[in-house]
Amino acid sequence: MKFKTAGLLAAMATALGLATSAFAGTLVINTDMSDPAPKAAFEKVIEGFKAKHPDVEVKWNEFDHEGYKTSIRNFLTADPPDVAAWYAGNRMAPFVNAGLFEDVTDVWTANGLDEQLKSAASSMTIDGKKWGVPYTYYQWGIYYRVDIFEKNGIAVPKTWAELVAACAKLKEAGVQPIAIGSKALWPTGGWFDYMNLRVNGYEFHMDLTAGKVPYTDPKVKAVFDTWGELVKPGYFLENHAAYDWQEAVPFFVNGEAAMYLMGNFAVDLFLKGGLKPEQIGFMQFPEITPGIPMAEDAPTDTLHIPAGAKNKEDARKFLAYVASAEVQTEWNKTLGQLPVNSGATRPDDKFLSAGFEMLSKAYALAQFYDRDAPAEMAKAGMEGFQEFMVKPDNQDKILERLEKVRAKVYQ
Amino acid sequence: MTTAALPTAHAPRARRRRGPKWLAPALFLAPGVFMFVVYVIAPIFESIWISFYDWDGLGPMTFIGAANYVELFDDEAFYTALENNVVWLLLYMLAVPGGLFVALFLNQTVFGIRLVKSLFFFPFVISQVVVGLVFAWFYDPSFGILAMIFEAFGMKPIAILADEDYVTYGIIAAGLWPQTAYCMILYLTGLNAISPDQIEAGRLDGAKGWRMLWHVVLPQLRPATFIAVVVTVIGALRSFDLVSIMTDGGPYGSSRVLAFYMYEQALSEYGYRMGYGAAIAVVLFAIMMVYISFFITRMISNERGGR
Repeated sequence: MKFKTAGLLAAMATALGLATSAFAGTLVINTDMSDPAPKAAFEKVIEGFKAKHPDVEVKWNEFDHEGYKTSIRNFLTADPPDVAAWYAGNRMAPFVNAGLFEDVTDVWTANGLDEQLKSAASSMTIDGKKWGVPYTYYQWGIYYRVDIFEKNGIAVPKTWAELVAACAKLKEAGVQPIAIGSKALWPTGGWFDYMNLRVNGYEFHMDLTAGKVPYTDPKVKAVFDTWGELVKPGYFLENHAAYDWQEAVPFFVNGEAAMYLMGNFAVDLFLKGGLKPEQIGFMQFPEITPGIPMAEDAPTDTLHIPAGAKNKEDARKFLAYVASAEVQTEWNKTLGQLPVNSGATRPDDKFLSAGFEMLSKAYALAQFYDRDAPAEMAKAGMEGFQEFMVKPDNQDKILERLEKVRAKVYQ
Repeated sequence: MTTAALPTAHAPRARRRRGPKWLAPALFLAPGVFMFVVYVIAPIFESIWISFYDWDGLGPMTFIGAANYVELFDDEAFYTALENNVVWLLLYMLAVPGGLFVALFLNQTVFGIRLVKSLFFFPFVISQVVVGLVFAWFYDPSFGILAMIFEAFGMKPIAILADEDYVTYGIIAAGLWPQTAYCMILYLTGLNAISPDQIEAGRLDGAKGWRMLWHVVLPQLRPATFIAVVVTVIGALRSFDLVSIMTDGGPYGSSRVLAFYMYEQALSEYGYRMGYGAAIAVVLFAIMMVYISFFITRMISNERGGR
């Protein structure tokens, strides 16, 4: 606790120090892009913005990715920057409802973003107003080992039955079918999202994350029953609760596990681990209930103007700048993700192309369980999913507990 | 400050005329009392006050009476945390006899014993975070030493930190490593202060081994034992860092302790229920209060007895 608090104070002190030395014409930006690729990409964006607006001085405060989630609450109230990075969907709702984010509908209308960023418009809208600008998104899906599939004569599963059969075959061949590291909980959210989207469809999933359906609903039970077909025979990586998602990657890279449901950011780690691009395949999560339109998880990362920003004028310029097609093209090329602007060119990469193709045909896009559901529900939910993935027999107990939380959270 | 410095500047006789008798001690105490009130007393009451509200730390606060407590006593996670705290308190006490044992063992004059003593003290010097990481690797089911030991005996390795039944014990074992070292150093200093006359007298009376330890050595180590118990209880109750580093409360919340649950509810990524977190803190405070009052009454009676 001590070192976390210290880090927080240091971060706050930095934010305060930098902000007080700011003068008119200075644009203060706080982001969580601490990983190498996102950091390099954002540096370029700032360079470009400076070239276009030489009169604006840009101060960029970069935070550690995890620490940012705590820091943002402090700096939004204590000493807001002019631009802050955050996430779309319900994840931004607490800040919007607390009046900490600025309504930027005007930026959207003035720059024709309603058309260009249409795919993300709904996830940026609360109460009919836009609260930020999306700059990147990425697909979720199952990454699999092409070589292992070939060796065992497995075709890419298109349906649930085929997926279960493929798992059985892999297990028999001594390969753990599915890698997952659930220590940080959220990877289980990806599984639940897809199970629910495929078993019950997008509308039901959204109703559930919006708290309109009880967790004890037979349709939710059906999700867990189906999920259990993979859990009970032990098709998921053993001891997954002991690993973070990165710690489960070596199993996939070493060929001890054959599939991994993840966001596209994982590919970077697969390749760094020594896999060749041709060894990795990407597949859409297979169909479960026939006829249900396929919706996908595609989390969107966003930039916002805090309500207490001092330089809102330049902040609006910056938001308009990052929303433009050219900037998003360049940015996502370094980032290795998909641009949101429909006029932007996506990076030339087989996984992103596959992802883009899948997402453009998608019936609808969900953000992610912990961005669609409110924080408290998400935490309890993902904990329940993890428990289910370890002790599937506790299913009823877990669902009752989640229902208790739901009744409390969405009053 | 200036008043406090005055007595030294004047003749002792002038001191009495400077003001009432209580003034000087009051002024000397003032900075300490001020800090104590601002950083200890006020937060206690503020926490109790917040625990009656529903508050996310940003928006308006809504008074909800005892609703946080009602919810708390109907919260499975709270009971898991409470139970773990009790387990922590009980098992952490092993550090006291453990430390005594090591201290007795190391309390001899052989060549290089100072180096050995410092090595034994080493785990207490390194950060709890490092201890947590080292033990997390030790327990790792795929490459940890523990897994290798299990495999050497032809057994399937147990993922200690991913198993709801073992996880708390696994973390406590990690915590005992530095805590035993701490108790050891307390006893080593205690052993230095033991009067050789009494040992000699005991030996003349034929005391040896256990009887010597129990009737002659241990009574003289009472102050050391008292401090060792105190720091161990405090260590057990604030066992936050190891839980956070090793498991983050998991798997599915089964290794939570009250301090961690409070942090999770009030300050973590998915938390921000300040009122609920405060309610947990108040319960933790109440538990500590039992122990603190025992400690304080005992200290006061000791001081009075010593006069």
